[in-house]
Amino acid sequence: MIDVVVLFFLFGLLAGLARSELKLPAALYESLSLILLLAIGLKGGEGLAKQALSPLLPQLGAVIVLGVLQTLIAFAILIKLGRLGRSDAAATAAHYGSVSVATFAVGANWLMTRGIDFEPQLAIFLTVMEVPALIVGIMLARGVSKDTDWRALAHESFLGKGVTLLMGGMAIGWIAGPEGLTPIKGLFYDLFKGALALFLLEMGLIVSRQIGELRKRGAFIISFGLLMPLFSGLLGLGCALLLDLSVGGMTLLATLAASASYIAVPATMRLAVPEANPALSLSAVLGITFPFNIMAGIPLYHYLAVQLAGAF
Amino acid sequence: MLANMEKRTLLTVITEAVIEQSLLRDLEKHGVRGYTVSDARGRGSRGIRDAAWDEVANIRIEVICQRAQAELLLAHIRDQYYTDYAMVAFMVEIDILRGEKF
Repeated sequence: MIDVVVLFFLFGLLAGLARSELKLPAALYESLSLILLLAIGLKGGEGLAKQALSPLLPQLGAVIVLGVLQTLIAFAILIKLGRLGRSDAAATAAHYGSVSVATFAVGANWLMTRGIDFEPQLAIFLTVMEVPALIVGIMLARGVSKDTDWRALAHESFLGKGVTLLMGGMAIGWIAGPEGLTPIKGLFYDLFKGALALFLLEMGLIVSRQIGELRKRGAFIISFGLLMPLFSGLLGLGCALLLDLSVGGMTLLATLAASASYIAVPATMRLAVPEANPALSLSAVLGITFPFNIMAGIPLYHYLAVQLAGAF
Repeated sequence: MLANMEKRTLLTVITEAVIEQSLLRDLEKHGVRGYTVSDARGRGSRGIRDAAWDEVANIRIEVICQRAQAELLLAHIRDQYYTDYAMVAFMVEIDILRGEKF
């Protein structure tokens, strides 16, 4: 059974493909993403308040390595098999090494709908995994020493809207704790699914605009968009196994690894690697990988997580 | 004709919203004293830029200054951004009051 929020995505996709006049106001889309980011942060922070923080450090190290590894592997595939230029390959690899908050939200919602718990630190993993791929991607495109403005890039990546809201949400959730959060639960927890549904409606419209671009790109980029998340998902499952996460945590870390960024990375890459074609990466990420993950990927990663947890 | 009218140049740049901060820094480095930024939509050689979300949002930057300064700015913008970004930039002569402002 498809989750109801995914039906909203399909609705947006079909409306967009049919060239409907439907359009969400830009301010609503911004507000919804703000609510979703804060809600994810708050929930993570609330969970973290109940546990010791020091065991988290090696786990954060592990997910950073995961993000770097994914970027390097994607880069090698894009250069060797896809014969992309260095800049295009580096920029696209950075998208795939980084993460998508929307995909994470759908994954978390999928688990919550089925009453499957996951560890609160997944919200921190989400925040931490945004950044390493960006830095590796820029280094792959530029080399290390040349005239890259690292200060401006650090500012872009660590103080971008997404990371700021997630960190702020986590800090508030951690300080306030479960009881302190009660008065605002109505907005951030109870309305989470509704906000996600509307957000995905807009995502459907955005994805529908990528289809034309995708037709021009051909078979390689389409198969990359499908196979890269599967491969990254497996890496994520392996990493989750090492970290001894629950089945819910394994599913969500695999979802994170499989997801590809379509907000933070494109914006930063546009500035840092301007000669890379942004339409190329976005058509793969939005046209193929995002829809694949939310419709087929998440149930598949859960199935694999159950099998793996049983085997070890 | 009003008294005290003077000639200045209006430089208009229509480009991707993602480079707004970087462009504004360049303007300030060139000693521009003021500018106006507005959101824009449109269509050109890089496809439809309908501002449906951040990646396809455009801005329009307008600067009023002396002809010589506008030419310097336009040359800088051409060298720095023309190859990689969706961008249209042009200048027109305009009549203004309060010449000391520009």
